[in-house]
Amino acid sequence: MDFVTLQEAVQLYPLLIFMILAAVVAVETKDLLSSVIAVGAAGLGLSVAFLILKAPDLAITQLVVEILCLILLIRATIKRDIPSLNRGTDYARLISALIFVLIFLSFGYFALRELPPFGKPYLKVATEYLNQGLSKTGAANLVTSVILDFRGYDTLGEATVLFTAVMGVIVVLRKIGRIKK
Amino acid sequence: MIYLLCFVLFCIGLYCILVKKNLIKIIIGISIIDYSLYLFLILIGYRMQGRAPIHSPVQRIENMVDPLPQALVLTAIVIGLAVLALLISIAVRLYDKYGTFDITKIRKLKG
Amino acid sequence: MKEPEQGMTLIVKVITRLTVGFILLFGIYIVLHGHLSPGGGFAGGVIVALSFIHLILAYGGKFAFKKLDQIKASFLENIGAIMFLTIALLGIIGGFFFLNFLNKGEPFHLASAGIIPFCNIAICLKVGAGLFLIFIALTLFKIGEKKR
Repeated sequence: MDFVTLQEAVQLYPLLIFMILAAVVAVETKDLLSSVIAVGAAGLGLSVAFLILKAPDLAITQLVVEILCLILLIRATIKRDIPSLNRGTDYARLISALIFVLIFLSFGYFALRELPPFGKPYLKVATEYLNQGLSKTGAANLVTSVILDFRGYDTLGEATVLFTAVMGVIVVLRKIGRIKK
Repeated sequence: MIYLLCFVLFCIGLYCILVKKNLIKIIIGISIIDYSLYLFLILIGYRMQGRAPIHSPVQRIENMVDPLPQALVLTAIVIGLAVLALLISIAVRLYDKYGTFDITKIRKLKG
Repeated sequence: MKEPEQGMTLIVKVITRLTVGFILLFGIYIVLHGHLSPGGGFAGGVIVALSFIHLILAYGGKFAFKKLDQIKASFLENIGAIMFLTIALLGIIGGFFFLNFLNKGEPFHLASAGIIPFCNIAICLKVGAGLFLIFIALTLFKIGEKKR
């Protein structure tokens, strides 16, 4: 199995277990507002994990995006009357979902053994970026130089997706042109 | 081993999508799957005793982590937020029309 | 008599008045230093949007719309998209799409890295105005408030 040094193990394993616990609480709680807050806890744990894994750009972005997600989700759940969630469990659906998840997990276990071990990635393209990023673009932050210079098409597509999502939200929620009752 | 914990997180989100009947719970499941995927991509690019991929004017930094998955995940986070906002707006409109978040009661396609 | 005040209590309003400028300033700092330090257009744009959302949550919509309303926000988002596309298209002069045609400058200074700071500003405008529009569409369009 892969070898993890003591420092990363001490920092990462409790964070991941915390995230899994928060996710289980978010899935299984009856109250929708507590469920939303538990998802927020999982996202903040992810932000700290990014900071440990030496990705400070992602840590800042994930922290801020998580706050906005929480505001939107609370806005969607608050002031809505919540019907009781447990009206008898559907056992056929539960058992089939569990079987599917187990098959998925076992296939994932066999697939993950073929990956490179944790801490020793294959650096093919990244070597080029690491060695020549500063001289080719002049930006000290290599992540910015990758998203805006080497791979600008990704950012263009991302901007298109965001524009489409904003248009979709406004079209779905607007009042003009709806049939009045 | 640490990849497997990440996979367990993915499976929790998948279970939530498949079993739960509340629309907000399904959106929460999609968001948990998003988190596990971001974490998995960053874990693949990590190097042992790595440093953040930012050059310093004082010293030359060796052993940087891979900047490519970080750039991909940075765009994926914002796209995830946009998709989440679209799903929430559709759920709010469905609540406005039917008065419930339960997907088994939202059956009428018309009227 | 005045009309009843919107928003939260007096404590929240005073604290908001003191902090919201610093949040906006921090967002702008993160955007402008995106090529030197952690941050960049996405994070800075979301922070700028959050400062206006903070204003709406504390003071109510009527006060905050004097600063930035829906028409201005959609105008800013279009400006951001067109600016990003224009920067990308200007690279065709030198050869191909997304060419870094400006002078690279000296590394580790604010005026360096060619087109990257301008791209950061464009993405900040786009992401910030877009998320602000999503928020006011979800909050202030008054969907589902009245019971049937």
